[in-house]
Amino acid sequence: MPYIPAKYATVVPKFVSSGVVERAKIVVVGAGPIGLAMALDLSLQGMDVLVLDRSSQLSDGSRAICYAKRPLEIMDRLGFAEKMVEKGVNWHVGRVFFKDDPDPIYSFDLLPLKDQKQPAMINIQQYYNEEFTIEALAERDNVEIRWGNQVVGIDEGSEHVTVDVETDGGTYQIKADWLIACDGAHSPIRTMMGRTFEGETFQDNFLIADVKFKKKHPSERHFWFDPSFNPGQSVLLHKQPDDVWRIDFQVGWDIDRDEIVKPENVTPRIKAMLGDDIEFDYEWISVYTFNCRRIDRMATDRVMFAGDAAHLVSPFGARGANTGFQDTDNLAWKLKLVDSGLASTALLESYNSERLLAADINIVNSTRSTDFITPKSKVSGIFRDSVLELSREYPFARLFINSGRLSTPVPYPHSTLNTRDCDQWDGGVAPGTNAIDAPISHKGQNAWLLDQLGWGFRGLYFVGPEGLNDKVRQELIELAKAAVPIATLLVVPTGAEEDSTLPTLVDCKGLVQARYNTAEGDYYLFRPDQYVAARWQKFVPGNVSNALMRAIGKSGEIA
Amino acid sequence: MNDTLILDPNTADPDDAYQCIIDMHKGLDDDESHAVNARLILILANHVGDKNIIAKATVVARKSLLEK
Repeated sequence: MPYIPAKYATVVPKFVSSGVVERAKIVVVGAGPIGLAMALDLSLQGMDVLVLDRSSQLSDGSRAICYAKRPLEIMDRLGFAEKMVEKGVNWHVGRVFFKDDPDPIYSFDLLPLKDQKQPAMINIQQYYNEEFTIEALAERDNVEIRWGNQVVGIDEGSEHVTVDVETDGGTYQIKADWLIACDGAHSPIRTMMGRTFEGETFQDNFLIADVKFKKKHPSERHFWFDPSFNPGQSVLLHKQPDDVWRIDFQVGWDIDRDEIVKPENVTPRIKAMLGDDIEFDYEWISVYTFNCRRIDRMATDRVMFAGDAAHLVSPFGARGANTGFQDTDNLAWKLKLVDSGLASTALLESYNSERLLAADINIVNSTRSTDFITPKSKVSGIFRDSVLELSREYPFARLFINSGRLSTPVPYPHSTLNTRDCDQWDGGVAPGTNAIDAPISHKGQNAWLLDQLGWGFRGLYFVGPEGLNDKVRQELIELAKAAVPIATLLVVPTGAEEDSTLPTLVDCKGLVQARYNTAEGDYYLFRPDQYVAARWQKFVPGNVSNALMRAIGKSGEIA
Repeated sequence: MNDTLILDPNTADPDDAYQCIIDMHKGLDDDESHAVNARLILILANHVGDKNIIAKATVVARKSLLEK
């Protein structure tokens, strides 16, 4: 029985055909995973959000199924990662096969660094992600989702953005302070605004078959190059919840797209792969080509783009949705500060520069994977096959195998928001890099470092066994009282007392110290998206305040 | 690490080394020769290890072909 997406009632708002222009703080266009996460983040930051979606249903298939650690950490801050992890298939081993050799030529483990709250990667159907986000949004009284509301016109001014919206019951206008376009790969907003979306289309097709079967198979990612059940092409197998398996066949450029997706034409492929006796049901069949493209700018005066509307990659590496969530994570706190007048619009320019950098790095990685998986020339094919043949025997060649480099967060080493190190650091987490999780204990309970960060600026002050002196305590308290506050958490070694005034994290396994490579007296400043803004080996309140100014885009205003 | 690509004489027994490369192709047709060349390049690239040296060598090789 195929999957049928959940449907929602379309909304005809009261302003339809009234001639009255509706006012809104933020309009998010698109209720896919990225638009929904964007709306939830902004809502939790305390902003009123209106979500418009032209359709009235969830994803029509499993679509984006791999969710990496960093997006899960973001979802955890938003409050629904637990549902994702509980429902999802937790996997961390990938195996690569060549031809019909039953032994993999290469295997990898995604989790070299244990002791973090979130798993390396889970697989779960996109519609579950959407459903969980919608459930979280339903708890919020400052968000409204309007299904069946299509934006058909947009006019961006320097102070406002005005959109024309079409519904089943007629049209109306909204004047918003901000608009965030999360309206997908074919983004109508992008088209209406005449924005460029340059890159390349790959001349190949991939056939997705989501099938349900009960046969025992490990929860691993399996990738085949040139197996006899799909000669000359690749195949990818991934497990999803509910006994659903994603099989992704490379099928070449010259195909009949209507014919190839018919179950009677897909079944022989699946039987050739899994055996004639396999009993299965179809959940979803789809065929796709892919693109690596990106928009020219992700932020203008009043309009921002996020997710596929801003950048597209091949699916190898799971860099699509995973990147989109990191866009929303980067944007939400910045928009909150700019909207409340605490930061200048320069902060939004950093959304543009940081996330375009991420898009470019994702495109490079994705293009390289694609060039390896689907070689574009005879010689490229010869090198690819040579790598695979050498890999059977020689470990060095296995590192060249590229069946998708899985999504990891992109650091912003040159971001204008960073304060450069002025001390000598040997490792740790450099400015512009996302925080690494570590186990801690707090008030006698086991907990995680990342749960203590986020939502605002946070400092970590590493204290020795004898605790904090009163002068420093007072300085830290002052930092927490500023217009843009920095709440400092003390990190103490096992056995030390928790501070009487400031929240104290006990570094119960010593991993905070190890991962951040700190000594007594060190101070790390984190942005609300859990990226390191600055770090010092000596705490000087003025330096921390200056770094905060930089991190909110006011680098020119340092006294 | 020294990241200068050596283009001055550096091979102790040039005739032996050259013959090894030619012998590697013995009895191979053109496609097989392409494939064995690719393997050799990958093996040597790993031995060199430094992506900057490899990049410089690719530039020299391509330039020497296109500017002949």
